[in-house]
Amino acid sequence: MDELIEKLKVEIIEVLNLEDIEPEDIDEKDSLFNEGLGLDSIDALELIVLLNRNYNLRLEKDEDGIKVFYSVESMAKYITEHQK
Amino acid sequence: MSRISSHIRIEDFKVWKNDELILDYSETKELNKFLKAIYKLLGMRYMKFFKMDSLSKMGLVGAELLLEQNPIMEKYQAEEIAVVLANSSASLDVDRKYYKTIKDADNYFPSPGLFVYTLPNIVLGEICIRNGFKGENAFFVQKELDSNFIYKYNEDLLLQKDQNAIISGWIEVNESSYKAVMYLIEKEEGEMEHLPNNIKNLFLT
Repeated sequence: MDELIEKLKVEIIEVLNLEDIEPEDIDEKDSLFNEGLGLDSIDALELIVLLNRNYNLRLEKDEDGIKVFYSVESMAKYITEHQK
Repeated sequence: MSRISSHIRIEDFKVWKNDELILDYSETKELNKFLKAIYKLLGMRYMKFFKMDSLSKMGLVGAELLLEQNPIMEKYQAEEIAVVLANSSASLDVDRKYYKTIKDADNYFPSPGLFVYTLPNIVLGEICIRNGFKGENAFFVQKELDSNFIYKYNEDLLLQKDQNAIISGWIEVNESSYKAVMYLIEKEEGEMEHLPNNIKNLFLT
């Protein structure tokens, strides 16, 4: 899963235009929203699109979003468990 | 008579403030890098900048340049500061980029980050959010700068709507073509009179 985590960090930086942030600046356990990277609701939608476009995954239930997008690690875990 | 207290121009990969050239970035010829260079020149720390479309980025740095030595929030109430801008191609630049994300049915991934900028008046909101302005705001789409119209509209805001300062001007971004001329109008401060001919001259200089 480590490889997937590093790949996700690069993809998140690219899709959210996080200038001046390097993959190593992101701790995979840190919260992506609030005090972590400070992402907003539009960023959340971009992450949903990323999951769909790059991994062909859709959230089964809307309420799963809070858990899935909590951190890079939780995203990687969801992808690993749900990708066929 | 109201006054123009400062003005800026962004064109040809150069930035002028009150007729003084303050940045020449003409060796690069890439709009996004140029806008980032202006952001760096201003010493800004505002991560949201990087998520904006080019029109909003240009408006934001334009307003920042106008205000960097003139903190108008210390002089006026938030409700007394207006933003009135115009251009000819509205948000067409980002509209095209958004369209690319939806035009292919087999690769249909609409970008929320692009979609939120597909209106020209979003730049007004970005300037107001960054600076805390709560006054009147308007964005006009005109074939070319109508200095008489903008002048009259802004004078009306100052006289009838209790506005004391207005960030106004023209911000055009359409693919590789762009130009921003912005000026700060105040009721009593400023070297230049706020008149249609002076606005036209700022645009043509």
